Amino acid sequence: MAEPLLRVEKLVRRFGGIIATDNVSLEVASGELHAIIGPNGAGKTTLISQLTGHLAPHSGSVSLAGRDITYLPAYRRCALGLARSFQITSLLLDFTAADNVALAAQAHAGTSFRFFANARKEKDLRDAAHAALDRVGLAHRADVLVSKLSHGERRQIELAVALASRPKLLLLDEPMAGLGVTESQGMVKLLQELRKEVSIVLVEHDMPAVFALADRISVLVYGRVIASGDPDSIRANEDVKRAYLGDQHVVTHHG
Amino acid sequence: MLLVVEQFLNGLQFGLLLFLLAAGLTLVFGIMDLVNLAHGSLYMMGAYFAATFAAWTGSFLAGALMALGATLVLGIVLEMSALRHLYGRDHLDHVLATFGLILFFNEAVRLIWGPAGLALPLPAWLTVPVPILPGIHYPAYRLAIIIVALLVALLLYLGVMRTRIGMLIRAGASNREMIGALGINIKLLYTLVFGLGAALAGLAGLMQAPILTVQIGMGENILILAFVIIVIGGIGSIRGAFLAAIFVGMIDTLGRAFLPNLLRQVLSGAAASTAAPALSSMLIYLLMAIVLVVRPEGLFPANRR
Amino acid sequence: MKSFTVSKAVTALMLAGLVLLPLYSQASGNIFILTLFTRIIILALAAASLNLIMGFGGMMSFGHAAYLGIGGYAVGMLAQEGVGSGWIQFPVALAASAIYALVIGALSLRTRGVYFIMITLAFAQMAYYVASGLARYGGDDGLTVYKRSDFSGLINLSNRTQFYYLCLACLLGVIFLIWRIVNSRFGLVVQGLRSNEQRMQAIGFPAKRYQLVCFVISGTMCGLAGALLANNTDFVSPAVMYWTRSGDLMVMVILGGMGTLFGPVMGAVVFLLLEEFLSQITEYWALIMGPLLLLIVLFGRGGIMGMLGRANRG
Repeated sequence: MAEPLLRVEKLVRRFGGIIATDNVSLEVASGELHAIIGPNGAGKTTLISQLTGHLAPHSGSVSLAGRDITYLPAYRRCALGLARSFQITSLLLDFTAADNVALAAQAHAGTSFRFFANARKEKDLRDAAHAALDRVGLAHRADVLVSKLSHGERRQIELAVALASRPKLLLLDEPMAGLGVTESQGMVKLLQELRKEVSIVLVEHDMPAVFALADRISVLVYGRVIASGDPDSIRANEDVKRAYLGDQHVVTHHG
Repeated sequence: MLLVVEQFLNGLQFGLLLFLLAAGLTLVFGIMDLVNLAHGSLYMMGAYFAATFAAWTGSFLAGALMALGATLVLGIVLEMSALRHLYGRDHLDHVLATFGLILFFNEAVRLIWGPAGLALPLPAWLTVPVPILPGIHYPAYRLAIIIVALLVALLLYLGVMRTRIGMLIRAGASNREMIGALGINIKLLYTLVFGLGAALAGLAGLMQAPILTVQIGMGENILILAFVIIVIGGIGSIRGAFLAAIFVGMIDTLGRAFLPNLLRQVLSGAAASTAAPALSSMLIYLLMAIVLVVRPEGLFPANRR
Repeated sequence: MKSFTVSKAVTALMLAGLVLLPLYSQASGNIFILTLFTRIIILALAAASLNLIMGFGGMMSFGHAAYLGIGGYAVGMLAQEGVGSGWIQFPVALAASAIYALVIGALSLRTRGVYFIMITLAFAQMAYYVASGLARYGGDDGLTVYKRSDFSGLINLSNRTQFYYLCLACLLGVIFLIWRIVNSRFGLVVQGLRSNEQRMQAIGFPAKRYQLVCFVISGTMCGLAGALLANNTDFVSPAVMYWTRSGDLMVMVILGGMGTLFGPVMGAVVFLLLEEFLSQITEYWALIMGPLLLLIVLFGRGGIMGMLGRANRG
């Protein structure tokens, strides 16, 4: 059996007495688009933070392409090919779109301890930035300050930044959050394109989008994976139905 | 033995004074998110007020009480006229604006009281040595400082932990929006907290006044010590400030008292007497450096996430 | 973009003034103005170095005056020990500043925000106390530098005009370096970290390393200002490291405009001239300066450079 690109094993993270991540195991194969869904408070953000290195798990392990990355800092994971987008757009607001993306390319193209040459005149970096911006359809906005861009455009820049580091695995934390209907459709189309090139872990609330895109879906409820499988099996799964439809019911049982 | 006990008490007394200063600083920072460099100026004003009022009234106690009230009022006026406009601004803005206030206060003091320092003489009943252990006497005034400061610390602890206003203060520190949503007059609360911090600084200043000379800039060095305490104790934490203040007071006092002798046993006499003053003044900063390496968030952080 | 702007015009005017100042001083016989401006230029150099970490790097150091002292004491102590050569004194001054910055930076950068401000302040105060304890080198009273640094006859530091131009050259050289750094790969990373550290970590940059290197570069530059300052005053004392001096440097940076190349120079010129002017009006000049700072903070967003930028648009 081929080594999965991302393997999460028995991950546990507690906050005080609350178990936010409860023995989560996941596997993402190369080339797969794996969606993680779950009601609010299911521990999706906590899980993502442990995958990206912003939060350390209490036990369990995370490995990327066979390499244990459980306790590596965020910047080392990125160097190994794990790129992410943020749920709440997190860009360098006082930089232009091109600068934002070019910096991501710069992080993966030789040392940045260069003090004298003008980095904005490095053709390789600029080309990489423009290519990534072009990929998300924002090449014409390259020289605009990010603070002047619309929310939807920023979501796209998030993607371009992640792409510019030429990742093996893209971790997308609610890329549709706050987007309008047309913008969402555009994003789905974009992701449909991207999934041909890169493996993706998608955390998303937008169910139609998830079911349209995902190869496999894992459902997270109260920190636990209650079901994992292709979209059809998830749609048919009784536990999932209960978790989503009978939210009240589940809550009282846990209270 | 006698010297050890005396220096130990001196360290405790200095630490408690530092606590009064650091407590106000950390309260104001924890609740209003305001960095107030001029806190040391309030300490200085407390001392000047006490010296002046004591001379007017002829009574040390009356002077001290009036000075306490005066720094409280000064703090409130300062908050309402200037510092209130800094809430929600960048910390750098706080630093610069309150740096400007220090310049102002120092110069105002020079204008009003002149460049030479003042003295605040103690009444006779506070100068007598009190026997604390068989054969060991300790100055009554220093003992009084220890008692007063401990009482204030206890009151502060009870006030913050047990009373309604203390609850508001704690709520404000952890959740600014919530307290505003509860319809509590947050402006008034802030003003009161700042006034309290000012009064604590003033109390520290007026109690220290008879021991040291009352002079311009007296608040600045001790303010930096208060910063060190906050860094060691953990920002926003009263308990942390208390423990760290005692710790720093002890280390500083005992270091200055005993380090030269200790060094002399290891180094040659000349080298020891050269190194001792520099080293003993470095001691607490080295301590801070160690804390930063081991626990960058401080030893007793207020709310661990 | 080669467009004309008010801030560029004012900057050019100021630089022309600084270059021509010795000629005016000679023609008018006004020696005082040359001495005053030598001091202004040296402190502008210190402010420019602070601006590198504060304006571009977002690291609010309240202990920058320590490097003025370290650079100055390196010159003064070597001179006292009989080493008069500037070829030795200046490199030692820079190296000592760099080492101090490395240690203090490594410690201070373990924290952020207000902590960083307090810690840099506290360590600078430690340096102040250590200098006060150096009995061999004057302790509290400071150390007289009897002979200015000797650069094997290449340049004579005792000649007012030559020394002035040396300081000006150092200032412009440092600003040139900062300009290159700010636009380099390294500079973009450091500015990115100021803007959003989490994002920079996520795209693969280890934040601390870059910030520490930036901190050391800035400290080294300020050490140069310290070495020049000791030569200018023929004297160095703990007072140059006193925390109010660090505050002055911060004020110059903010006043001129953080994160602009020439803002700190402008800030230093305005601040020190204002201080000079006010102290001629009244002995109690700080009584005006203090509230003025408060007003600048409350109303003067972006400093002089920011105001000039607005003038351009308006």
